[in-house]
Amino acid sequence: MSAATATLTPADLQGADAPIPLRAHLRHTGALVRRNLLWIRQDPESMFDAILFPVVFTLLFVYVFGGSIGQSLGGGQEAYVQYVVPGLLAMTGMNMAQGVGTGFNQDFNSGVMDRFRSLPIGRGSVLFAKIAVELMRMLFATGVLVIVAVLVGFDITSWPGLLASVGLSAAFGFALMWVFITLGVTMKSAQSVQAMGFLVLMPLQFGSSIFAPTASMPGWLRGFTEFNPLSALADAARGLMIGGPVAHGLWVTLAWSVGLTAVMAPISIHKFRTKS
Amino acid sequence: MGGGSVSGMTRIDNNPGGAPRAVTVRGLVKHYGETKALDGVDLDVREGTVMGVLGPNGAGKTTLVRILSTLIVPDAGRATVAGHDVVREPRRLRRVIGLTGQYASVDEKLAGWENLYIIGRLLDLPRKASRARADELLERFSLTEAARRPVGTYSGGMRRRLDLAASMIGRPAVLFLDEPTTGLDPRTRNEVWDEVKSMVGEGVTVLLTTQYMEEAEQLASELTVVDRGKVIATGGIEELKARVGGRALRVRPADPVQLRPLAHALDQLGITGLAGTVVDTERRSVLVPVLSDEQLTAVVGAVTARGITLSSISTELPSLDEVFLSLTGHRAGAPQDAVPTDHTLEEVAV
Repeated sequence: MSAATATLTPADLQGADAPIPLRAHLRHTGALVRRNLLWIRQDPESMFDAILFPVVFTLLFVYVFGGSIGQSLGGGQEAYVQYVVPGLLAMTGMNMAQGVGTGFNQDFNSGVMDRFRSLPIGRGSVLFAKIAVELMRMLFATGVLVIVAVLVGFDITSWPGLLASVGLSAAFGFALMWVFITLGVTMKSAQSVQAMGFLVLMPLQFGSSIFAPTASMPGWLRGFTEFNPLSALADAARGLMIGGPVAHGLWVTLAWSVGLTAVMAPISIHKFRTKS
Repeated sequence: MGGGSVSGMTRIDNNPGGAPRAVTVRGLVKHYGETKALDGVDLDVREGTVMGVLGPNGAGKTTLVRILSTLIVPDAGRATVAGHDVVREPRRLRRVIGLTGQYASVDEKLAGWENLYIIGRLLDLPRKASRARADELLERFSLTEAARRPVGTYSGGMRRRLDLAASMIGRPAVLFLDEPTTGLDPRTRNEVWDEVKSMVGEGVTVLLTTQYMEEAEQLASELTVVDRGKVIATGGIEELKARVGGRALRVRPADPVQLRPLAHALDQLGITGLAGTVVDTERRSVLVPVLSDEQLTAVVGAVTARGITLSSISTELPSLDEVFLSLTGHRAGAPQDAVPTDHTLEEVAV
C-alpha cells in the first residue's frame, strides 16, 4: 500500500475526486427545493406558523398592549401600530433561521440526510434548497404581516424602506441560521431545537426594543437591550419604515451578522461534516 | 486526470493477480471516545458476490457500512469501493454505490414516485430519464399502485422495498444493505430476500450486514463474522457452517423430567459439534448441533435405545449465539472470560 501512496503526485490527489459543475449544483438544488415544496403541499399545516405568527402577534400586541404603550409614545393605539409593526417584521428572519435548523434536524433523524450524503451531490445543495424554501416562507409571512398591519391601521410611509427592512431581517436571519444549524445537527429532536430556540430567542426578543420602547425599563435591563442585536435590528427597521435614525442600528445589525457568521458558520459546517 | 490511475493502482496494489475486488478494507479503525467501534478490520468482497457481515448489536457492522458509504471518515486504515478510496475520492465513490439501511432512508412525507424521481435528479439523470427510471423501479418492486401515496402510509415491507428501489436508481456497482430486514415480520422478510436475490442476479456486488445466521445463509455466499470491532472469522458460508456445526437438532422429550437424562445420552454419543449439547429449559428441549444426516439418525437411535418418549423433533439453523459460541468460545458481545448469564440456556459439560 505504501508503494501506491508513494507514487501519487499532488496533482493526482487534487484531481482525484470529481468536482461538481455549477450547473449540476443548480440542478441538485432545484430537485431539493422541489422536495421541500412537496413537503409543504403534503403537510399544509407547516405553513400555519407563517400565517399565525404575523396575525396573532400583530393583533395581540396592538389590541392588548397598544393602548397603554401608545400613551408613552405620545399617542395611542395608532402610535403603537407604527412602533411595533417594523419590530415584528424584523422577527420574521429569526423564524426563517429556526426553520432551517429544525428542518436539518428532521432530515438527520429520519435518515433522509444520510441518503443525500451518500449521493454524489455537493452538501451545499441541501443547505441552499432549505434556505430557498424557508426564505419563501419568510416572504409569505412578511406579506401576511403587511396586510394585517395595514388592516389595523399601519401607514406605509416608505415602500423602499419596507423592502430594505425585509432585506435586513433576512440578513440577520442568515447569520442566526448558522446557530440553528449547529443546534439542528447536534440536538436530538426537532422539538428540542425548537424549545432551545424559544429559550434563547424569547428573552432576546422581549428584552429588546421590538415590542416596547426601552426608556422606561430599569437600568440593568436597558443596558442589556442596548447591547442586544435585536434592538439594533428593530430600530433600524423602524427607521427605514417610518422614518428616524437608521445608521447606528443598521451598522450594529450588520456587524452582528458578520460576527455571528464568522464564528458560527465554520462551527456548524464542521459539525455537519463530521456528524456520525 | 488522476482518478483512473489512482483507482488502477489501488486495485493492483491490494489484489495482486486475483479476481477483481469490489470492496477492499485494510486495518480499518474507528473510535467513538473510549469505544472502539472498529478495531482493525480487514475485508475483501469479490465482484458479483454477496458478502454477509454477521454480528450482534454493537459489533461495528453499521460503522463499517457508514465508512464504506462515505458517511463517516475512519480514524485509521484504508478502504476502497470499486477502486475508489473512501477518504480521497468520496464523490466518485458515491456515484457507484447504493445504500439501504437502518439509517439511510426515504422521505415519509413524499410519495414513493417523488422519492425516486428526486434521487434520480440528484444522480444527474435528465428529467425524462428520471421519470422513466422511477416508473420502472416502482413496477419492478411491485409498488406501482402505491406510487402516488405518501410513504408514511406504506407498510413496513413496502417501505423497505422502496428503500431498495431508491438504492438501485443509479445502477450501482456495489450495494450496501445494513440490516435490511430488521424489524420485519417473517413473510415480509421473505419478500425482501427475494428482491435482494433478484438484484444479485443482475450482477451487483452486495455487502450485507445482519444479526441472523438464517439471513446470511439465504443471501450471502461468503461470510465475515464480527464482534466488538474485530473480524473473528471469515470464509465461505458452507465452510463456516461446518465449523459451527451445520444444523441444530431440537429434541423435546414428552416428559420434561427426561431433559437431563436425554442431554446426557446425547452427549455420550460423542457426535456433537463445537457448540456442545445445550439444554433449553424454557422451551423444554435439548439442542444438538449435527453435521450430517448419519448423526441425525444416530441421535434418533440413541433416544430410542434409552426408551425416552419424544413429543417433537426439528432441525434449526444455529443461532447467532451458537455461531459465536463455537467460533470464539464466548457469547456474542460478552467478555471472553465471562460466565454466561443467560438462565434459559445452560451448557452441559461434555
